[in-house]
Amino acid sequence: MTSMKITRRTFLKVSGATAAGTIMGGLGFDLSPAEVYAQELRIKGAKETTSICCYCSVGCGIIVHTDAKGKVINAEGDPDHPISEGALCAKGASSYQIAVNPHRLQKVLYRAPYSSTWKEVKWEWALEKIAANIKKSRDASFMEKNAAGQVVNRTNGIASVGSAAMDNEECWLYSKMLRALGLIYVEHQARI
Amino acid sequence: MTNHYIDFRNADVILNMGSNVAENHPVSFKWIQAAKDKGALFIHVDPRFTRTSTKADIFVRLRSGTDIAFLGGMIKYLIDNNMYDEFYVKNYTNASFIVNPKYGFNDGLFSGYDSTKRSYDKSTWALEKDEQGIPKRDMTLQDPRCVFQLLKNHYSRYALDKVSQITGTPTADLEKVYKAYGSTYAPDKAGTVLYAMGWTQHTVGVQNIRTMAIIQDLLGNMGIAGGGINALRGESNVQGSTDAGLLYHIWPAYLPTPRSPWATLADYNKNNTPVSKDPRSVNWWKNRPKYVASFLKSMFGEKATKENDFGYAWMPKLEPGQDASWLNLFDEMYKGAFTGFFAWGMNPACSSAHAGKVRQALTKLDWMVNVNVFDSETGSFWKGPGMNPKKIKTEVFQLPCAAFLEKEGSISNSGRWMQWRYKAANPPGVALPDGDIIYELFKKVRALYEKDKGTLPEPILNLKWDYETGGHFDIHKVAKEINGYDLTTGKLMANFVGLKDDGTTSCGNWLYSASYTEAGNMAARRKKTDPTGLGLYPEWSWCWPLNRRIIYNRASVDLDGKPRDPKRPLLKWDAEGKKWIGDVPDNAVPPMGTTGAYPFIMKPDGVSSLFGPGLNDGPFPEHYEPLECPIEKNLMSGQRINPAIKVFEGGLDAFATCDPKYPFVCSTYRVTEHWQTGVLTRWLPWLIEAEPQMFCEISIELAKLRGIKNGDRVIVQTQRGKLEAVAIVTFRLKPFNVAGQTIHQIGIPWHFGWLHPKDGGESANLLTPTVGDPNTMIPESKAFMANVSKLTKQPAQPAKKTTKS
Repeated sequence: MTSMKITRRTFLKVSGATAAGTIMGGLGFDLSPAEVYAQELRIKGAKETTSICCYCSVGCGIIVHTDAKGKVINAEGDPDHPISEGALCAKGASSYQIAVNPHRLQKVLYRAPYSSTWKEVKWEWALEKIAANIKKSRDASFMEKNAAGQVVNRTNGIASVGSAAMDNEECWLYSKMLRALGLIYVEHQARI
Repeated sequence: MTNHYIDFRNADVILNMGSNVAENHPVSFKWIQAAKDKGALFIHVDPRFTRTSTKADIFVRLRSGTDIAFLGGMIKYLIDNNMYDEFYVKNYTNASFIVNPKYGFNDGLFSGYDSTKRSYDKSTWALEKDEQGIPKRDMTLQDPRCVFQLLKNHYSRYALDKVSQITGTPTADLEKVYKAYGSTYAPDKAGTVLYAMGWTQHTVGVQNIRTMAIIQDLLGNMGIAGGGINALRGESNVQGSTDAGLLYHIWPAYLPTPRSPWATLADYNKNNTPVSKDPRSVNWWKNRPKYVASFLKSMFGEKATKENDFGYAWMPKLEPGQDASWLNLFDEMYKGAFTGFFAWGMNPACSSAHAGKVRQALTKLDWMVNVNVFDSETGSFWKGPGMNPKKIKTEVFQLPCAAFLEKEGSISNSGRWMQWRYKAANPPGVALPDGDIIYELFKKVRALYEKDKGTLPEPILNLKWDYETGGHFDIHKVAKEINGYDLTTGKLMANFVGLKDDGTTSCGNWLYSASYTEAGNMAARRKKTDPTGLGLYPEWSWCWPLNRRIIYNRASVDLDGKPRDPKRPLLKWDAEGKKWIGDVPDNAVPPMGTTGAYPFIMKPDGVSSLFGPGLNDGPFPEHYEPLECPIEKNLMSGQRINPAIKVFEGGLDAFATCDPKYPFVCSTYRVTEHWQTGVLTRWLPWLIEAEPQMFCEISIELAKLRGIKNGDRVIVQTQRGKLEAVAIVTFRLKPFNVAGQTIHQIGIPWHFGWLHPKDGGESANLLTPTVGDPNTMIPESKAFMANVSKLTKQPAQPAKKTTKS
C-alpha cells in the first residue's frame, strides 16, 4: 500500500542508539534496548499504513499499525514526514482511540417526528427515505424564475452545512451533488 | 497561507498575533523553534498570556478587538521612521497608483456611505487610469492623491498614545514590537506573521488581516522565503473544503456563484473576468472562462454542450446582493424557511455563534440528516436541555461515517499541501466513508427523478455520476475528475494551463489540476528532495497551484531576476537558459526588467494592494469597536462600530454595550487537548481525562473584585445565554487600562456540550452573538460582553409560608 524508505524498525534502531547515548550519560546504565524491544513487540508483524492527522491544519504524518485481523493496534507520528518529523500533539497521539472506541456510531439511527428515541434502521431504508424527503422538499420549494422573471433554478427549502472533516474528493462530490439539487444555502466550517 | 509550515524556520522575525500557535498548532512550533535556534526573534501579541507567550522573546497584551489600532500604529511608525522597503513598495505594490479625487475619509466614514443601507457605494474608491486604460502612477510617491500619501495620511492618526489608549497596551510595548518587526524592511531580512481565528472572528476580521498585509507589503515580506501572510487554519481540510466550493458564494476553485442577472454563460464570463489593459499585468483571472467551461464539463459530462451553454442554466443562481452565509442561513432556518437540512460532518448546535438560536432553528425543520463519527449535540438536539421531544416534529437521520484512518483520499493543509491518506482499517459496524454515502444517496435521488420527473429534473438526470469501479465507489475516479481530462484524447490534464473554454477539456477544480496526472497521484508522493535548501520539499505530496510552494515568489527577486535576499534565494533567473531556478515561478514569464510582468498575477493590476478598493468596509482598514464593547466612544472617530456590518435584530438576537450587567470582554478559544466542539475529542478517554470540563479564566484582580476563588463554580452570562464553569484564577489575564478605565477580559474554551461527558459543561457558543464581518460574515466570537459571578448553590429549602395580606 505504501512504500516507506525507512521502516519503523530501522527508525527504532536509529532513535534507540540516540536514546542510548543520553541515558548512558544520565544514569550510567542503558535501558534503551529493553524499551526498544518492548516497542517492537507491540507492533511486531503489524501492517503500517501512512495517514495524515485529522485535527488542525498542520498536516502531521501518522503511521497506523493494524494487526493480522485488520484491527488498529497503534497510531504514532511518522518520522519520515518533513513537517512533523515523527511528532504529534496530544490529539494526534490519541488517534488510536478514534478507531478503537465503544462510543463510535456503528448503526444507522432514525428519530421519527415527535419520538423520544432513536430507532436502528438499514442503510437502504434510510437512504431511500432521505432521497424521498429531498425530492419532496426540492419540488415544493424549487424556484425556476424569480420575481423579475429571470431563470434562477434554485431549491429554496433545503440547506446544508459541511464539511471540512471530509477528504478533498468527498468535498468536491458533495458540492457537486448539492449544486445539482439546486441548493444555494451551502456553508461549512470555513465560515465560522 | 502564502507560504507553508516548514518555511517558518526561514524567518528572522516571527509575529504570532490573533493565534496561540503553541497550543493550537503545536507541532508547527518546531519550525518556530528552528528559527529561534538560528537567532530569530519571536513576538506574541495576545490578550492572554499562553504557552506561546512563554516561548516569546517579546510578549505584549492588547484588548481583544483592537488589532487594527495596534497594527495601524505600526504602519505609522514604519513610515515615520523610513522603515519600509522602498524598492518593493514602488515596484510591487500599488503605492504609486493615483486614487479618484472623489475618494475621501471623514470621522470614521469613507466616501460613498449610505447609512440607511449600512453599506458603501465604492465607485469613489477607484484607481485612476490613463487614456489607454492603464493605471496612473507617480513613482516618486509624492502626489497627494497617490496611495502612499493617502496611506500615510490615514495612519497619521494612529499615534502611539492614541493606540495605547485604545488597545490598553503600554506605549513602550507598542514601540518594542514595532521596532522589532519593522527591522525586516531590509531586503535580506524576512518577517512572517502567523494568525488564526483571533483575527478572523471579529466584525473587522478581514481588515485585521488587511492591516497586516499592508505591513508585509511595506516591509517587502510577501512572496519571499520566511515571509508571507500565514493563516493557521483550524481544521485539517478546511483549506481543501474551501477550495471545493462548500460555501454559498463560490463554486470549486473560487469561481463566483452565479447571480440571477447573468442569464447566460457569456453574461457570467463578462461579469466575472477581470480585464487589464496593462501589458505588464499577467491578470491570471483572464482565464476564468476556461475554468468555468471545464468545471461545467466535469458536472454534466457529455450532456454539457456548447449549444446548451455547458448546462450553465441548470445551475442554481443567487439574487444580486443575496448573502446565504452561515448566520443568515440559521436566521432563515429559525424563521422557518427550510424543510430539509444536512449537517454533514458538523455540529452547529455547538459550533455556531449564538448556538441557542441554532438549536431552536433545528426544531423548525421537517427533516435533518446528520453524518458523523460520534453522536453530537446536533444529531441529538431534540433531547437536549430545554427540548421536549414530544413537541419536536423534525425527523432525524443519524448516519455513521468512517474516521480518517478508515478511508482513502486527500486533504489540504494550510500550506496548500495536498496529502494522500490511505485506509488502515474498516470502519466499525455499518459505518461508511462520507464519499460512499454521498455517492449512494445521490443515486437514490436520481432513481426517484427517473421514475417521476418532478421539478427541473435535468441537472439531476444529466449529472455526471460515474465514479465507481466493480460496482463500488472509487475515490481515485473523483480525484482524476478534479484534476481534469483532455476530452479529445481522454488523457488526464498535465495542468490547468491547457484548459479550454470550448468544451474540449473538463476539470473539477482548476487549482488542483496537475495533482493527478498520467504520471500518477502527485499527492501520494513521499520523496524528500530539497534542492533549494529552503525546505520546500517539491516531491513530497503536492501543493496548489502547480506545486508552487510559495505564492507570488517573483516578488523575491529584483528587476533582473536576482534574489534580493542572497541568504534565501527562493528563485533566480537563468538568463542563458531563459528559465527560473528554484520554486515553481509565479509565473513563468521573464524577469520584470523594464518591460516584464508584475509578480502579483492574481491581481488585475499585477501588484499588491496597499489600497484595497474591493472590500465592503473601506479601502484602508480603520479601527472600530466590536459590536459589544466596553467603551462608549471610539477614540478614533465618531463611528463606534463598523458602519458596514449587518445588525440582526429581533427574535432571539440581543446585544449589550456598556451595559453594567455585562461588564467584561470575553473571548472564546481552544485548548491543545480538544478540537472544535469536542465532537471527536470529548469521546476519547485520554483527552477528556486531560481536559474534562468547561472553565473560565479570570485575572487575579477580577477574582478579588467578584470574590471568586480558584476552582469555584461560576456562571458566565451574556445577553444570549449562560453557562456554568470552573473558575481558573490566573496571572495569564490582566486588566487593561483603556482610556483611563479598567477593563477586565475573561476567556472560555468552546469544546464542550451537554451530551458528553455529562458533567463537562455547555457550549461557549450559547453566549456568542449573531454578528459577522461585513466581507466574510465570520462571527465575532473573540470580543463580546459578559458577566461572571460566583455560583452560590443554596441547599434546597422548603418555601416559607407567607401570610396573605
